[in-house]
Amino acid sequence: MRNVAPTIRVDTPATLRTERRGNAVRIVAAGDWLTSEAGRLDKETRNIPTTGAGEAEIDGSGITNLDSAGMWLLLRMKYALEAKRVPVKSFVIPEHFTSLLSAVERDGPVEPVVITPPPHGLTHFLERTGRGAFGALHQGYAMVGFLGRVTVETLEALLEPGKELPLPGLVHQIEETGLTALPIVGLLAFLIGVVITYQGADQLGKIAAGAEIYTIDLLGVSILRELGVLITAIIVAGRSGSAFTAQIGTMRVNEEIDAMQTLGLNTTELLVVTRVLGLVIALPFLVLFADVVGIIGGMMMCYLDLHITIPVFIREFRHSVSLNTFLVGMIKAPVFAFIIGLVGCFEGLRVERNAASVGLLTTRSVVESIFLVIVFDAGFSILFSKLGI
Amino acid sequence: MSAPQKPNTKDDVVIRIRGLVNAFGDRIIHDHIDLDVMRGEVLGVVGGSGAGKSVLLRSIVGLNHPRSGSIKVFGQETAGIDAEDMRGLQLRWGVLFQDGALFSSQTVAENIQVPLRRWTDMSQGLMDEIAAVKLALVGLPKEAGTLLPSELSGGMRKRAGLARALALDPELLFLDEPTSGLDPIAAAMFDQLVNDLKASLGLTVFMVTHDLDSLRDAADRVAVLVNRKIKTGTIAELVHDPDPWIQEYFSGVRGRAALSSA
Repeated sequence: MRNVAPTIRVDTPATLRTERRGNAVRIVAAGDWLTSEAGRLDKETRNIPTTGAGEAEIDGSGITNLDSAGMWLLLRMKYALEAKRVPVKSFVIPEHFTSLLSAVERDGPVEPVVITPPPHGLTHFLERTGRGAFGALHQGYAMVGFLGRVTVETLEALLEPGKELPLPGLVHQIEETGLTALPIVGLLAFLIGVVITYQGADQLGKIAAGAEIYTIDLLGVSILRELGVLITAIIVAGRSGSAFTAQIGTMRVNEEIDAMQTLGLNTTELLVVTRVLGLVIALPFLVLFADVVGIIGGMMMCYLDLHITIPVFIREFRHSVSLNTFLVGMIKAPVFAFIIGLVGCFEGLRVERNAASVGLLTTRSVVESIFLVIVFDAGFSILFSKLGI
Repeated sequence: MSAPQKPNTKDDVVIRIRGLVNAFGDRIIHDHIDLDVMRGEVLGVVGGSGAGKSVLLRSIVGLNHPRSGSIKVFGQETAGIDAEDMRGLQLRWGVLFQDGALFSSQTVAENIQVPLRRWTDMSQGLMDEIAAVKLALVGLPKEAGTLLPSELSGGMRKRAGLARALALDPELLFLDEPTSGLDPIAAAMFDQLVNDLKASLGLTVFMVTHDLDSLRDAADRVAVLVNRKIKTGTIAELVHDPDPWIQEYFSGVRGRAALSSA
């Protein structure tokens, strides 16, 4: 094994020498027995030759400097010899290191700390899978309970808005989750509109010449029904869902939430309902904005790529979509907002008091909310197709 | 929702605990403990690390749910209590968490005003005045009111937390390791503060602590959590208890030094 050159220089390199004097093994240690020398000394201090020896001496009188690592190595030699039934007759170190000796020697040889690696193998894999499944079920159960509580508190807040639901707090949330998200949502929706149009026109052109005009139908229906809402919800989940988890999680770490409870404040109302309600109000507006901007993006692409003028675009657009198309997308917005807010706050309240926990649960909340949004989106699709909407 | 009414009971025993059992999974923290906290006293609660001092405090204020047992505060049972009645109790006590647990995005004055805003109908102007009164009460300068918690030293944070705990003039005060992390001078000043407030505001104080000097200077009685049980008495009584941890605690080098200078 290649030895890395030590960066710490010692004045007198440590030395170890063994001699035989008749029946006795004499181990002479000298120099600076320090941590930086310990790596090298490790090998040297193992396997002291003891064949035919009846006793041993450890002579450290020549040691110029000694720390706990060096002391440990000396003691380890002593313990090893005693284990081999070779009594250590004398153990000499310079006097000013005696207190170090008693500190390291304590009650005897210490067991090295061995961290057993986690077991692997088929049974353990199955066990972990089982645990994971139960954990997920448990989490789902807890979340349903939380859902119930938040729903009740939200309805209470709406029906009798009193001192409990702080209006400034709610407005602040609407600003944070909605207003400040407009630029990013606008930009991404615009680009999605551009991409859909470009790809759509490409494929439609292969069907028949002139079929490109139907790109407008494609754009209108997909943005209004599906993509406008979905893309916005995903952006908001990443942006606001994670913010909720991190904010509430950090408050948990600081015991701020405990403090709120002991002051008689309703933490669910103040922390959760304001966020969830703020998002439920803000998201539909964001979706509306995304729909408009997405279609504008598509319209621009139609003009640049397909040379479809704006009046032609608008005429075809009005043929292909109806108010229904728009509403089908919009109805999903408050539902998605509720999901994202709920999951974000739920995971925030489950944060434990360490740094890793905040990061872990923030990640989890984003992934979970996006997952649930897409699942519910699929559910809506099925529902609407059954209803013939 | 109107403010819950404070029931009018002038009981001698402010906190009565009977047969309390606290456990996490298989690990039993408290094994059927009984405790009485008398009105007007400062009860110091000590025990080794992990003995469950904070768990006991949190059980009484409702942040932990014990396995079994009865906890009565101001004569009212807290197990299974409904939210409205709990609010009534919460108005009568104040809690100082370790390191203050101040709301990090609000100034000290705003922190103090949070319970005032929620539970009283004071005008903003009056709340500003009351906040200044509380700051003076805990020995913080008026300028501290405009600072954020992150701008305060550890000692100031604890005092700010105390000011907030005292915002509604509670009868009962819970302190969770109030002097931990304070230098000896600041710690002694805090103990003095607790004594002054006890006398001037007529407080009953439940103080979880490690600090022998706090016990000597501020506590009237001491409750020791040891071996999942509790032993209560004055320091003079407990010093004679044969339990090895108690002996070590009070009679070890630090113990004797602290107690002999009493």
